[in-house]
Amino acid sequence: MNLKRVNGIALKEYNHIIRDPRTLLILMPILQLTIFGYAMRFEIRHVKLAVRDYSHSPASQDLIRKFGATEYFTVQVLNSYSVTPQMLFNTRQAHAVLTIPPSFAAEKGTDRSLQLLIDASDANAAQLVLTYCQEIIASEYGPDLRRVLDVRPKLLYNPDLKSAYFFVPGLIATILVMICALLTSISIAREKELGTLEQLLVSPVTVSDILAGKIAPYVVLALVDAFLILGIGMLLFRVPFLGSFAAFLFYTLIYVVAALCLGLMVSTIAKTQQVAMMMALGMTLLPTLMLSGFIFPIRSMPWILQQVTYIVPARYFLLIIRGIMIKGNTTLELWHSGAALAAISCVALLVAARRFKLKLQ
Amino acid sequence: MTLSPPDSEAGSKVSEAAVSLKGFSFQYQAHPAVRDLSLEVQNGIIHGLIGPDGAGKTTVMRSICTLLDVAEGSVSVFGLEVNKHRTEIRSRLGYMPQRFSLYQDLTVEENLRFFARLFGIPEQEYARRRETLYSFSRLGPFQNRRAKALSGGMKQKLALSCALVHAPELLVLDEPTFGVDPVSRMEFWDILHDLKKQGSTILVSTAYMDEAEKCDHVTLLHKGRILLDGDPARILKNWTTNIYSLGSDAPRELARFLASQPEVLSSQFFGADLHITAKEEIGATKFRSWQAQCPSLRKWEKIPAGMEDIFLELMENDQDR
Repeated sequence: MNLKRVNGIALKEYNHIIRDPRTLLILMPILQLTIFGYAMRFEIRHVKLAVRDYSHSPASQDLIRKFGATEYFTVQVLNSYSVTPQMLFNTRQAHAVLTIPPSFAAEKGTDRSLQLLIDASDANAAQLVLTYCQEIIASEYGPDLRRVLDVRPKLLYNPDLKSAYFFVPGLIATILVMICALLTSISIAREKELGTLEQLLVSPVTVSDILAGKIAPYVVLALVDAFLILGIGMLLFRVPFLGSFAAFLFYTLIYVVAALCLGLMVSTIAKTQQVAMMMALGMTLLPTLMLSGFIFPIRSMPWILQQVTYIVPARYFLLIIRGIMIKGNTTLELWHSGAALAAISCVALLVAARRFKLKLQ
Repeated sequence: MTLSPPDSEAGSKVSEAAVSLKGFSFQYQAHPAVRDLSLEVQNGIIHGLIGPDGAGKTTVMRSICTLLDVAEGSVSVFGLEVNKHRTEIRSRLGYMPQRFSLYQDLTVEENLRFFARLFGIPEQEYARRRETLYSFSRLGPFQNRRAKALSGGMKQKLALSCALVHAPELLVLDEPTFGVDPVSRMEFWDILHDLKKQGSTILVSTAYMDEAEKCDHVTLLHKGRILLDGDPARILKNWTTNIYSLGSDAPRELARFLASQPEVLSSQFFGADLHITAKEEIGATKFRSWQAQCPSLRKWEKIPAGMEDIFLELMENDQDR
């Protein structure tokens, strides 16, 4: 490898990047983040909760106030007892109906059961509503009733079930793959397609010069973008960052290199920009969205798909980045995932270097 | 400073051919492009590879530029085998591919600078060479213009400049004047002759027969084989076949008629006229007897053979084989 040549290629690539309108793709994360952040919330707010209060006691009033005090519920106390929950659901006047029986005001220790009916036509929403209700009711009943809660680990770290905690790390993983794999593979395929590679090859350039010169500008671009998303996530959506930035930088670099190597591998196979784009999307973006645990939990996938996730770099990176940001993991605690990423890079780079020809086929 | 390689190199290797192909064959998939071809390019001359599309010109040039795996026969440049000394050969020759292969989104200057960096030219040296290249290509005023905004002729001059930036000993130009207007073509050839005077060896391919006469040595290629190889002036002088240009109001009818005449070896349309070749001289009496049988024949004239006539005749004989 000759540093002068690498530098020459990297500077040329820099000019391509700043002049190509497709580079604006890197601004997409800002748009995506805003859309995800404000529109595509996984949590539900302002659930219409109808309350049938047969107790009319200070205790029941207190419970109703507790529901009304959260931003999750818009409480409507029904005056007419003739309205059935089915009617409310059918007319979409309520998503959940809470019935407080007359016995509610009785002494503690006696039967004080409540009835909660939830419109489960949207199962996920219903699950969330149930969780919210359980939280509020449990706080009223005291800790002995917490056993009815469905305790999931994510609740420990994300008690409000805020989706920003999920999608900011996920988005960083996705965007990095997109920039690294997609843009690098396109940039080499473009040289093949436009014939500039033929001219480039008739020079003392080596495979490592080309690969290094092509990679370098995108590493910088990807890291800048990663910090951009992280910054917006922290400022706008108050995503916590408990770990160290050094650990974040270290593992992000490993992940970026893995994604770049995948992109290089694609580019040694694809002959046109179109094909490179399709292959890169197929190999990186889709698995990152679907098979990394970003959107769908890996444990609930069929066995076969679970095995496939082992070769998806984002699977490891999500563990790392969620670990660092939300749990405050240290560099050492995450070395397994880092090693897995490094292994993927090595395999992809070997394939790319073997397949990259300094001749025309 | 000149664009030519140092004199010592050129001086000591005068006797040795810059390029030598021996029994070279190459095929793309199952389609043969070049068959058992042997060819030498001498130092310090302009050597033309002449032939129609698909004759194998690009294959020969790519093999010389070490872009192909030479499996059959041998190709050597500067006395070095292309399969073994790829990097050295690549750093000593300048190549201009058939397609415009520079970066359209970079400016004239950025393209030049990129290739200077690839070849490891020091910054000061580059600055000097750039001025020389601008002075012959007259691209100086356009140095901040993006390559895609240049005219066809200017693009070719930029491509040539990029191929020259490292002062190569051998220039390999694949159809550099293809699709360029006649004035720019002439200017381009003038530049090539200047480069030759400064000691460069130039291998250039073209499908334009009139450009063959501007070369010191030509190789006519057809279907991957050599039809003819030699000094174009001598070829033209020694060509013994008689060529006549015939004018007719109905040239197709005339061509059909002439095909049945034993004296006529071949006939070709040249614009509105018909060129025929014959081993023996054809006298005025013969023409008059033809005119009697085929009244559309208006005039006849004996003309000196041009490279195109020679090529077409050779090509026709080749097809007969």
